[in-house]
Amino acid sequence: MTLLGWATILLILALIVGSAVPLGGYMARVAAGERTLLHPMLGPLERGLYAAGGIDPAQGQGWRGYALAMLAFNAAGFALLYAILRCQDLLPLNPQGFAGMAPYLAFNTAISFVTNTNWQAYGGEAAASYLSQMAGFTVHNFVSAATGIALALAVTRAFAGGGLKQLGNFWADLTRITLYLLVPLAVVLGLVFVALGMPQTLGDYVTATTLEGGMQIIPLGPVAFQVAIKHLGTNGGGFFGVNSLHPFEGPSALATAVQIWAQNLIPFALCLSFGAMVGNRRQGWVLLAVMLGFVLAGTAAVYAAEAAGNPLHLAMGVDAAQGNMEGKDLRFGQALVALFTATTTGASCGAVNAMFDSFTPLGGLVPLFLIQLGEVLPGGVGSGLYGMVVFALLAVFVAGLMVGRTPEFLGKKVQAREVKLAMLAVLVLPAAILGFTAVSMVLEPAVASLANAGPHGLSEMLYAFSSAAGNNGSAFGGLTADTPWLNTTLGIAMMLGRFAYVVPVLALAGSLAAKPRVPESAGTFPTDGALFAGLLAGVILILGGLQFMPALALGPLADHFTLLAGKTF
Amino acid sequence: MLDHTMPHQGEARRAIVPALFDPALLARAVPEALRKLNPLTLVRNPVIFTTEVVSALVTALAVQAALAGAAWGFPAAIAAWLWLTVLFATFAEAVAEGRGRARAESLRRARTEAQAKLLLRADDRTQHQPRAATALRVGDLVLVEAGDLVPSDGEVVEGIASVNEAAVTGESAPVMRESGGDRSAVTGGTLVVSDWLVVRITAAPGSTFLDRMIALVEGATRQKTPNEIALDILLAGMTIIFLVAVVTLVGLASWNGQPPSVTVLAALLITLIPTTIGGLLSAIGIAGMDRLVRFNVMATSGRAVEAAGDVDVLLLDKTGTITFGNRQCAGFFAAPGVTEAELAEAALFASLADETPEGRSILAFARARHGLAAPALPPDARVVPFTAQTRISGLDLAGSRYRKGAVDSLVRAEDATLPPELAQAMERIARQGATPLAVAKDGRILGAIELKDIVKPGIRDRFAALRRMGIRTVMVTGDNRLTAAAIAAEAGVDDFLAEATPEDKLRTIRAAQAEGRLVAMAGDGTNDAPALAQADVGLAMQTGTQAAREAGNMVDLDSDPTKLIEVVEIGKQLLITRGALTTFSIANDVAKYFAILPAIFVTAYPELQALNVMRLASPESAILSAVIFNALIIVALVPLALRGVGYAPVGAAALLRRNLLVYGGGGLVAPFIGIKLIDLILSLTGVY
Repeated sequence: MTLLGWATILLILALIVGSAVPLGGYMARVAAGERTLLHPMLGPLERGLYAAGGIDPAQGQGWRGYALAMLAFNAAGFALLYAILRCQDLLPLNPQGFAGMAPYLAFNTAISFVTNTNWQAYGGEAAASYLSQMAGFTVHNFVSAATGIALALAVTRAFAGGGLKQLGNFWADLTRITLYLLVPLAVVLGLVFVALGMPQTLGDYVTATTLEGGMQIIPLGPVAFQVAIKHLGTNGGGFFGVNSLHPFEGPSALATAVQIWAQNLIPFALCLSFGAMVGNRRQGWVLLAVMLGFVLAGTAAVYAAEAAGNPLHLAMGVDAAQGNMEGKDLRFGQALVALFTATTTGASCGAVNAMFDSFTPLGGLVPLFLIQLGEVLPGGVGSGLYGMVVFALLAVFVAGLMVGRTPEFLGKKVQAREVKLAMLAVLVLPAAILGFTAVSMVLEPAVASLANAGPHGLSEMLYAFSSAAGNNGSAFGGLTADTPWLNTTLGIAMMLGRFAYVVPVLALAGSLAAKPRVPESAGTFPTDGALFAGLLAGVILILGGLQFMPALALGPLADHFTLLAGKTF
Repeated sequence: MLDHTMPHQGEARRAIVPALFDPALLARAVPEALRKLNPLTLVRNPVIFTTEVVSALVTALAVQAALAGAAWGFPAAIAAWLWLTVLFATFAEAVAEGRGRARAESLRRARTEAQAKLLLRADDRTQHQPRAATALRVGDLVLVEAGDLVPSDGEVVEGIASVNEAAVTGESAPVMRESGGDRSAVTGGTLVVSDWLVVRITAAPGSTFLDRMIALVEGATRQKTPNEIALDILLAGMTIIFLVAVVTLVGLASWNGQPPSVTVLAALLITLIPTTIGGLLSAIGIAGMDRLVRFNVMATSGRAVEAAGDVDVLLLDKTGTITFGNRQCAGFFAAPGVTEAELAEAALFASLADETPEGRSILAFARARHGLAAPALPPDARVVPFTAQTRISGLDLAGSRYRKGAVDSLVRAEDATLPPELAQAMERIARQGATPLAVAKDGRILGAIELKDIVKPGIRDRFAALRRMGIRTVMVTGDNRLTAAAIAAEAGVDDFLAEATPEDKLRTIRAAQAEGRLVAMAGDGTNDAPALAQADVGLAMQTGTQAAREAGNMVDLDSDPTKLIEVVEIGKQLLITRGALTTFSIANDVAKYFAILPAIFVTAYPELQALNVMRLASPESAILSAVIFNALIIVALVPLALRGVGYAPVGAAALLRRNLLVYGGGGLVAPFIGIKLIDLILSLTGVY
């Protein structure tokens, strides 16, 4: 670890928090349907969309209505994307003449993009036509992100007043977030990426003659704008198979730094929107601080583990100065890789600028654990915030009794129904991750996909299901994922992680919204201070993390200690 | 007005609480604990039920191993300690219930099987026939005469009598019961000691106040309270999560070819699920109720006790709660040219024959301030009694005429003049919410007495404490605004409601509730009933009317409305105890992982021994130590569960910081020490 490395990390984090302040306020205004600078230009388009869809944006929906609209929209999106992928050979914009995707892979890929996971069992440049990339993937990069943010807004509104029956209008939220937030940001960021050297073309792949005289096909495409939304929307699905490690997807250290900024911007800013919308800005900052604390800790752990290098290599006399460089690119360096890794897994983005499979066991444990903690640090756009609110409610409930009152969060009493729904949601991740991993580890067709034996092999499988259920989408590597078993089970895990999680959370929001907002007093559990931040972090670790300890002990921890003993698998 | 004859009953009663672990009580709890192992009843407690199922499973495995001639010592030891875990949990509940049972037995003795004198006609109390008390119906009229037990709960419709209610309240001084007014309720099982009453029965057999009290203290009808249900769901959810984690471990561990044994997995599961709070949860609830019972307050449900902890606003009657309820002498103001000693002497003689509390207080003040002892009433003294017409009273003694009374009446009657300085003093007294009395000797006004509604000592501090807890106090009084404001300022309440009617009370409660606040109040009169019913916590007085007692969700047997404050504290203590033990239980898991995980996997990966930070002797002793710790911690925490976590009114933030440190931090550290100690004992004694 170097001072310069840490300075870079802190500078980027400071820029993220600095930009989150204005953006948080802006998003709160967009959520409220207030006029913004962009309204003169985009307002007519927004009204036109409502008119075309027969939507009255002022007509609020209860939690059931909101959930049904969200599910219907996502089901339709899934069906359309599945059809495009299966039929891409019959559709235009396919200069490389790719065949239609196979059914299992198309199922997995369609679920993946609808759920904001962007798990890629295909290689982008070798399997997806330009139409699939743009009309399929890029569109879902926008709307799956907008869906997540809309859900977060709905949950936020539950705390904004007492006796509320409605959580907002899903269609209006979806439209406003896409039009006033995601599209403008992506356009600006796409231009920045073009300037930084990413291609943006619909032309054919280039055939080049290498210095050695061989022939090389260099894949191109509309990269820059897809990469922009890939990070802004914490989607993470790369244009190219190796994601941001590819020279066209991550051309420089500066580009990777901008990507880190982009994938954290909205999740962090949403905390501040939350604070503004519920009328307690400090509360928003407390949530942000907890997220930031975990990001810093995760970054430090990866940085330390990777900069220290692989003990077996060092014993062979490899220069220790660079640390463990396997699967990394010199143009980024250890600090940017560490920050990118901690934030892409903490933020449920899933883009990568290094290969986790090549990390030291402890370095690989961090992204895995950050995903398993529930994708709330800072989590996906929207999903991070509502996941954090669920943890905050549980923290309030567990410890809040200790002040001698029925626990309250922002004036809303947390009672049996809320606890039940929160526990239902919290149950989804361990059940999906551990359940599918355990079954897969004893199934012959599943373990055949593993590249490694021993604890490292277990880590590869565990990571795949964690990434899917956490809607992260990053790959540990070393796993041949395009098999019927994995395509199906990972697809189900992604669905559970998104929808089986968020439906109880919406029900929870509906239940909280209807409650009166109890005025604060000296007897109220204070949730907007440092003490609560510490408590919340503890609850995330204990309720979100403890159940994964046995699996982590058998995977990365066993990997680590056997490595120290000189054993590899 | 509230009857306020026994303000310190509660204090006295708390002193006779039996020792926490009375040996006889513990002995009785053991069979009860065994009886509670019945899975049909235990299923109500998901965590402990899971433990019981797993215990049975491990027992079966141990038996199977023994029959097969395999090593059965370890599974048998684990099974034994798992059963003890279940037993300790049921034991905790049995002990908590046992503490209430003694009280129930004394109450049951009072439940009368006597014959009632059923009146045949409402207007003729000479015609009655015997009828078993248990056969009385609601609406029946019965005659109760001196020496009779009141056969059932009822309302006095005719007559006046003194009744000994010791069977219910523990207070042996008889109280008056009469028809009409606020003292018309009688309780079954109490004894009429003089005169007679005609009582209309208001409770069906089996549902009298006494019956409900018995059921309550025995915990027979105990329903889970809302917070308890929510906590149960959390604990059940955590149990499922850890069940998933442990069951899937079979699949994960089989990858390296050495899946752990079922016994070991069972041990891991039980140590991870929150058995500590799961085992103590119902004991905490019963003990909280029991604390209230010992405090002589009967709550109709645990829900009411919990609501007490949540209260935001306390509505307190001025009279009897904040002030002593009768005006007392608080100062002498001498006229110009008169010494205060002269005035005090005149006031003393003017009040010598005055038997009212006001009169007594003047004598007491004269003695305290001027050292004047009141002599016995001389036989030659001529007493001038107070009448509503004259509004003057006094004494003619040794040729002197001592008089005191309302200022204008006295001035007129004595044809005296009021010095302007004195008039000003009197006006000042009136402005401060007190009452001035003039004192005259032989037709000359000597000065004024200030009669004041005395605020109870220490009440100001208690309101300050309530404020720190975030609870607003509102004083309710029939006084005019001026008087009310003065007393409110002196007592330090947050707000007051002057010239209050029962409708005003109801309106105030509704307004606070509409803002999302919970309201508590105490009351006794029939016209308090709607407000008592509307309040989230309605504390009715045992001496009050039947209507009030039915409207409230708590009854104070000592009829001391000040106890509302303690009721709130007991409610808070109950919630804090639950939260503290939940936090402790969950925090325990960290250490248990460090004990068990290396032990489970060490055969597959010897390198994982590095995680054995406690340096436990062997895998077997590590697992067994964790299981033993998990069982013993339940017993160790029973006293805390029954006594309740200490509570101080210091505000939520400070309270949270302290409890989080003690129970969260303690919960992290304690098992590391405990498991290590048990492991040391196991390895030193050569067991493992």
